[in-house]
Amino acid sequence: MLNYTMRRLLFTIPTLLFISLIIFLLLDLAPNDPTGDLPLTIPPEVREKIRISLGLGEPIWVRYLLWCNQFFINEPLNMLGHMFNTCIGDCENRLRVSSWSTRSPVGDLIAERMPQTLWVVGMSYVIGILIAIPIGVYSAYRQYSWFDQAGTFVSMVGFSVPTFFTGVLMIVIFSVNLGWFPSKYDTLHVVTDWDSFVFQVRQSIMPVSVLALFNASQISRFMRASMLDNLNQDYVRTARAKGMTEQVVVLVHVLRNSLIPVVTVIALGVPQVFGGAIITEQVFSINGLGALLILGIQGADIPLVQTLTFIFAVLIVMFNLIADVLYGILDPRIRYD
Amino acid sequence: MKIKTILMGAAAAVALAPAAFAGRGDSGHVNIIFWQAASILNPYLSGGTKDVFSSSMIIEPLARYDENGNMVPWLVDTIPTVANGGVSEDLTSITWKLKSGVKWSDGSALTSADVVFTANYCMDPAGGCQQLAKFADIASVEALDDMTVKITFNKAKPFPYGPMVGSQTPVIQQAQFKDCVGIKAPECTAQNFGPIGTGPFVVTDFKANDVIALVANPNYRDAAKPAFASVTLKGGGDAAAAARSVLETGEFDYGWNLQVDPAILKQMASAGKGQVVSAFGTSVERFMINATNPDPALGDKRGTVEGGPHPYLSDPAVRKALSMAIDRQVISDVGYGAAGKPTCNVLPAPAIYASTANDSCLVQDIAGANKMLDDAGWARGSDGIRAKNGVRISILYQTSTNAVRQDTQALVKQWWNEIGVEVELKNISASVFFGGDQSSPDTFQKFFSDVEMYTNNFDGTDPEAYMGGWVCSEAPTPANNWLGANMPRYCNPAYDALSAEMSGTGDLNERARLAKTMNDMLIQDGAIIALVHRGNVSAHANSLAGVKLNPWDSELWNIADWSRN
Repeated sequence: MLNYTMRRLLFTIPTLLFISLIIFLLLDLAPNDPTGDLPLTIPPEVREKIRISLGLGEPIWVRYLLWCNQFFINEPLNMLGHMFNTCIGDCENRLRVSSWSTRSPVGDLIAERMPQTLWVVGMSYVIGILIAIPIGVYSAYRQYSWFDQAGTFVSMVGFSVPTFFTGVLMIVIFSVNLGWFPSKYDTLHVVTDWDSFVFQVRQSIMPVSVLALFNASQISRFMRASMLDNLNQDYVRTARAKGMTEQVVVLVHVLRNSLIPVVTVIALGVPQVFGGAIITEQVFSINGLGALLILGIQGADIPLVQTLTFIFAVLIVMFNLIADVLYGILDPRIRYD
Repeated sequence: MKIKTILMGAAAAVALAPAAFAGRGDSGHVNIIFWQAASILNPYLSGGTKDVFSSSMIIEPLARYDENGNMVPWLVDTIPTVANGGVSEDLTSITWKLKSGVKWSDGSALTSADVVFTANYCMDPAGGCQQLAKFADIASVEALDDMTVKITFNKAKPFPYGPMVGSQTPVIQQAQFKDCVGIKAPECTAQNFGPIGTGPFVVTDFKANDVIALVANPNYRDAAKPAFASVTLKGGGDAAAAARSVLETGEFDYGWNLQVDPAILKQMASAGKGQVVSAFGTSVERFMINATNPDPALGDKRGTVEGGPHPYLSDPAVRKALSMAIDRQVISDVGYGAAGKPTCNVLPAPAIYASTANDSCLVQDIAGANKMLDDAGWARGSDGIRAKNGVRISILYQTSTNAVRQDTQALVKQWWNEIGVEVELKNISASVFFGGDQSSPDTFQKFFSDVEMYTNNFDGTDPEAYMGGWVCSEAPTPANNWLGANMPRYCNPAYDALSAEMSGTGDLNERARLAKTMNDMLIQDGAIIALVHRGNVSAHANSLAGVKLNPWDSELWNIADWSRN
């Protein structure tokens, strides 16, 4: 297994380099302009100077190598220096990957936005899983019961109704009409005591539940299907024949075996948590990583979009590997070596 | 004696009451929402309106415009003019005298060195300053003494109020920015995110593209202002959500740029928590009519004067008929509501520059347009489309992607079809359309279509540079990398002569006459079809007092005077 993991890890390096090149080319060759969003009152000669000051005068391969240098060498060195509070090499003049719209290091922007994304999107993922698994198990166990039918209906609705609809609907009901929760997420809020914690919960309830509904619908369907596959297996009949209680049969034997594919699906979904929920973040003004990405795309902020999408690519590659390894650990029948 | 004491006491109480109610910070906290959040608080590194407006609470210019477009002294006592000797007789220099006692928020004094530094900061060729156009034609900026700055231009400037007037070009502190000049400018993140200013507020926390927290400036020059102790300026979401948070939920006190469907905005306002306000600056939604031939078969000559005139839009009757067929009132009502009014002029404001010579266009006249085309020899073919000498009137109509613009496109297409004109619609992502990407054929400068529609405006109140954009030499061509403001490629020696005359005329009334004549020329020659005079729409809570919506400067220009009522 270790051998396999090492081999896969080594193979990710060329994969990621290739991905970074493709992302860079896609962004750079797309007809887009960082000065496009500026007011028309700024004359074209000035725009040209702005473009040159952003480094757009250089040939494309120079800019790609520059980004590689900043991302793969300068940023990690900076991060290390920051961790140990020292200065490695020429840290004063080392160029970091900087956003064109804010003129500040992309790393800082990401670090600033990570907490709210992890809190809201991560929490919705956890809650989604916690809701989905019992629903999936019970729906499968009582297939075609009213509970199963209701579960199917709710998950179909949750899966097919877009979050920009459910989000706005919740705002209209709970913020505008009832006035229970704020419609805008306050990122300056710091939890210091019980009251501020309550406020944090209040402002998170709507975005978290919108996303949790969506996540739960997906995972509960997987869980149900996987349970159904196992419930009809011979070992289940054997377990029952041995005189085990239904509880043990379902929750120990069937559930454990059914979780194997579901765990893989859950692991593969984790990078999406970091990617943020672009639409939901927009609806509630959470301004996390998803909102950052969409702003960067709209403003043709190439360094920002390049760095963010590349980090997502790294996470996806990594969690694919983790899912494969987990699969091997959970299911002794699967061996890669 | 007793009565006298009581009366004295009452008088004293009355006298003291306003002062007691209007102390610094008495109104508590104000929440503002800019759904397009600020990316940076240095307007020299970002020309985006959101950034300029946000920074205007912190850093201030020497003079700015009030809500009526009049210039008001801000960090100076008087506006220099030729009459008071502040502007030289030959119009080549202007001398500003700073107000005494103005302090930066760190307690140090504002001096002329800061003003000189600001000008040099922007004029540094390596800095990529986005407000460079404001500093055009400057020969030198020098400090005559601690409080006096003289700006010398290398030619006569009838309107010398470009640099350091208006919210785009505020004065920044030399001590803070001295290591941030030129190529270093973008690297000074701490400075760009938290400039030290003379304005009513100081930044305490800045999260780019998200939120800004500010508190009242302890060193602000008016001890009783600002009435608010702190401000939160939140960003994110979209215009409708921002409008909802001001008008329906009341979470925010002020919302900027609420370009929302007029019917929805009206419904939100009926909740009674706040009110929608609008103000009209110089923005006009207009058609540019291509005078050159955009036929791809022309290769490099496509869309240039060398490529020859447009096959059918070169006929004045066609241009006139296209304008007559449009019902501007309907476009304004459907797309803009309170934020628009129909106009026939490309220069609709300030009032002294607004012409009334073209107002007949306000009434739609489809029959008249049909007759004009018939008379000009454009006969309808079997498909109902007019043609002459084998040239069909088939228009490619491009604009940026935006719900309101696509509604307008649909309306106009219908009207033009009624006069026998075939219309093909095209919309292009705004960042491509307005972006100057040389490799893209879809920019508004290249104008590879027959007509295009967008909004433009000018800063401040002086239209000289704006009207100067339609002289022959401003036409975008491959030779000038398609950089130029004359999208319709209008070329009229008489217009060029008027533009030259205006740049040498100092008298305001004479300038107004010239500007009006130029506007009428553009409209009557059919180079431009004006549609809607667009306003800024914002909303504020009923409890917020002192808002004066200003289309000529930052909307937060007088935030020091805002209070809670």
